[in-house]
Amino acid sequence: MATTLSNEEIQRFSRHLILPEVGMEGQIKLKDAKVLLVGTGGLGAPLGLYLAAAGIGTIGLVDFDVVDVSNLQRQVIHGTKDIGRPKIDSAADRMMDINPHLKIVKHEVPLTSENAKEIVEQYDMVADGTDNFPTRYLVNDVCVLTNKPNIYGSIFRFEGQASVFATEDGPCYRCLYPEPPPPGLVPSCAEGGVLGILPGTIGLIQATEVVKLILGVGQSLKGRLMLYDALNMKFRELKLRRNPECPSGKCSVVKELIDYQQFCGIPEAPPAPPPSTGEIDSPDVKKMIDAKEDFILLDVREPHEYQIAKIPTSILIPLGQLPARLSELPKDANIVCQCKSGVRSAKAVDILKQNGYTNVRNMKGGILGWSDKVDPTVPKY
Amino acid sequence: MAKILIPTPLRQFTGGADIIEASGASVGEVLAALTTAHPDLKKNLYNDEGKLRSFVNIYVNDEDIRYLSKEATSIAAGDTVSIIPSIAGGR
Repeated sequence: MATTLSNEEIQRFSRHLILPEVGMEGQIKLKDAKVLLVGTGGLGAPLGLYLAAAGIGTIGLVDFDVVDVSNLQRQVIHGTKDIGRPKIDSAADRMMDINPHLKIVKHEVPLTSENAKEIVEQYDMVADGTDNFPTRYLVNDVCVLTNKPNIYGSIFRFEGQASVFATEDGPCYRCLYPEPPPPGLVPSCAEGGVLGILPGTIGLIQATEVVKLILGVGQSLKGRLMLYDALNMKFRELKLRRNPECPSGKCSVVKELIDYQQFCGIPEAPPAPPPSTGEIDSPDVKKMIDAKEDFILLDVREPHEYQIAKIPTSILIPLGQLPARLSELPKDANIVCQCKSGVRSAKAVDILKQNGYTNVRNMKGGILGWSDKVDPTVPKY
Repeated sequence: MAKILIPTPLRQFTGGADIIEASGASVGEVLAALTTAHPDLKKNLYNDEGKLRSFVNIYVNDEDIRYLSKEATSIAAGDTVSIIPSIAGGR
């Protein structure tokens, strides 16, 4: 049966209907469209809000996370009242409130090599709002294999990228980056921070591309990589080419879905903890401080983190500066290294040991552990 | 003299600078001048075999050097060299 618009919908979408580029025909295309949003976080929030408002008929949501207070700085689809709720429910409620004509399909699972094809096949296109390399390669590959455009956006601190991948004759994510960086070399938003407004800008570029692709109007970001620098308020675009070894409509690289954790160099089991002889629990560090033991508590976080929370007796040498500032630490000193959660400080312990320091330990759990076990007045961030 | 645009994730290795001028007749020479001035950048741009890492793309103006002459791509005065590493954030 041909799709029609009710009188309420005609009123609701009147500003679209009077645009010649949309009109009745375009609005019905939007209503007939099925779009999958992978992630309802920073990028997924503006995507979900505006695609719901635009009158997309069916939106699938993939997320299995719950709303945390630290999400609300940027994930504007969720509210304070939603803290602790599944994001997929919180997002769906908000979207249905905006447009009750919308049909939402919830996929409350992580997207995996096993389920990705079955999920993606139900949609016309995919908007990628994920936050890690394994899922980004998975989303790309499944889009290539199922011939669904992949509307890509990615953010870091003050910078964003956007493009449209995996169209029939256009490049895909692997044409841009054939391989992911090794784990640890590119920090995540959780480690590196992100300006809360940034995903709004990039997510709306993605939403714009989704709507244009559905309507078949304008020039899409296919074959172009849009770069956005929020600090300097600059947009630039770079040419993006299809891998010359991939004939039109056929990718020579992606044959099937693979193990993306392995592809991205992430071991299946959690990495082995550093040797226990080199570790110390935060309450034991507290005892050393109380007993006025002669030791250096070396905080290796960044200065702006040190301003948020610190242990009073600590001294600060950011991890990146440590190799150049070893002269500030006597070789025979008793040193306890500390960071936010214990990962960077374990690297600091390695650096010190490689440089001939012998009495060096890592404080387990970092300042987060300190807040849990020693002093709850120290804020977690 | 080329202008090199340093992306956010790598600015920690350039003392925070986002634009660095470097001289050289080719992309390889310009990047060598850059990593000589900022040695910490080297391991982020090159792998142990001294090849450009595959998750770091280099553009001269708006063109990917993989589709020009790679690191031998010649640089004219006033060209802009962009370093574009992959980023994955979204949440």
